[in-house]
Amino acid sequence: MSVIELQSVYGGYGDTEILHGVSLKVDPGEIVVVIGPNGAGKSTAMKSVFGLLSLTKGQVLLDGEDITNTPPEKVVRKGVCYVPQTENIFPSLTVEENLEMGAYVREDDFKPRLNEIYELFPPLAEKRKQSAGTLSGGQRQMVAMGKALMLEPRILLLDEPTAGLSPKFRGEIFSIVKKINSIGTPILMVEQNAKQALSIADHGYVLVDGQNKFFGSGQDLLDDPEVAEMFLGGGKAVPEASV
Amino acid sequence: MADFINFYFIPGLLLGSIYALGAIGITMTFVILRFANFAHGESMTLGVYFAWSLVQITGWHPLVVMPIAMILTVLYALSIDRLFYKPLRNAPVVMLVVASFGLMLMTRSVIQFFWGVQLKSVLPGIQKPILVMDYLRISPKHMMIMASALVLMFAVHYLLTYTKIGKAMRAMSDSPELAKLTGIDTEKVVVATWVVGAALACAAGVFLAIDTHVETRMGFKLLLPMFAAAILGGVGRPYGALVGGLIIGLAEEISSYPFIGTEPLLNPGYKAGVAFAIMIGILIWRPSGLFKGKVF
Repeated sequence: MSVIELQSVYGGYGDTEILHGVSLKVDPGEIVVVIGPNGAGKSTAMKSVFGLLSLTKGQVLLDGEDITNTPPEKVVRKGVCYVPQTENIFPSLTVEENLEMGAYVREDDFKPRLNEIYELFPPLAEKRKQSAGTLSGGQRQMVAMGKALMLEPRILLLDEPTAGLSPKFRGEIFSIVKKINSIGTPILMVEQNAKQALSIADHGYVLVDGQNKFFGSGQDLLDDPEVAEMFLGGGKAVPEASV
Repeated sequence: MADFINFYFIPGLLLGSIYALGAIGITMTFVILRFANFAHGESMTLGVYFAWSLVQITGWHPLVVMPIAMILTVLYALSIDRLFYKPLRNAPVVMLVVASFGLMLMTRSVIQFFWGVQLKSVLPGIQKPILVMDYLRISPKHMMIMASALVLMFAVHYLLTYTKIGKAMRAMSDSPELAKLTGIDTEKVVVATWVVGAALACAAGVFLAIDTHVETRMGFKLLLPMFAAAILGGVGRPYGALVGGLIIGLAEEISSYPFIGTEPLLNPGYKAGVAFAIMIGILIWRPSGLFKGKVF
């Protein structure tokens, strides 16, 4: 059974429909990447899992359980963690306090998990008493992911984790994503840096205008001439589909 | 120099601590519930009248009955939240502000109806100041107020730094949206905000009542300096409110010290204007305040 499955969902914000029947699924242990032009509804599709917009049609399933339109605070308690693209840390709290807040809904002792997170992100261990707002972009992203991982989530949703980072940090973030996945957490990720993202993905989806356009394994999409032309900067001229 | 400390610095510090404690509630409500709570001053006044009544009934010192008055004030604040603010939780901010304005008038009228409008005192009699090192004059009641204010400030610090709910309050004042996504129980944080704000408002009011007297507009008169303190410290920053309160209190008192010649630098009648001037200045030149607060 898939960890997360969107079954042709329709919805958006207010009266504006952005998703016109998007379907996607993440199987256990997978990294699934969603790419597509700006305004294609990539982030919106991800937010729909988290109950951040109201769906008018279709279903969201978490391990087969219907969680369509469940509000965020309840989705978290079910073990789904979402890292927004911006404002994903509490800047005035220390690194350690941020991680503690990530464990807010846990009732057991989170200390062992805290040490695991520090092992995963050694730079955070050094700066545990520093306020998170003073960290570099890459380290903030680590705090944001570490905070989400405190729950030992059933699935991690990442919204453009490398946006605004330098190429050096980008590579670092992708290798962290791979590492998180290798210790057992399935990941659904929306990315602009399509090439790098697809190269670590088990499966990829290409969304255009709020609809599924292509689907395949990460490698297949990378090799697909049409996808390459439109989204990977491989082809000629300006991608038409992005207009 | 002795005059400066006895008649300007110590009263400034005292007034500053009162503003500081009151401003914590304002700053936290502002950022967590997203509105400027005009009724905060009335929580203060009501707390003072609770304390006054308890003193009449028991005959104990106001500082002894203060914890009970604080609990009563918290109960008042929580029922107001349940009845008036909770139904408006997702309403436009302006509705919350107007509701708080209405509650301010209602609460004050209720106080005037039950307790009357004449001046009262929680601690009758005149106390002789103690002379320290021949020139420092410190009155015992001022020492008690300062000590109690310090205890409360440390309690707030402990709550915010070492408890789960305190950290969640700071997290939510950083970003209410992220707090929700993180699974923080935001309704619980809202309740904690009212508890802390109302308890401290009551305490600040009782301190002021011990220092001066009890009257029905005392909380309202403190509203402006408390807002000034919250804005000076940075909206949503409890430590900012503490520092801001102390600065505003000291600035108000010290502004009338005769720095040049024998006349007061600023006529004491303009004391309230000092807080206002500081608030305007901060809003123009550094709207995020001293501690990088929220800018709306």
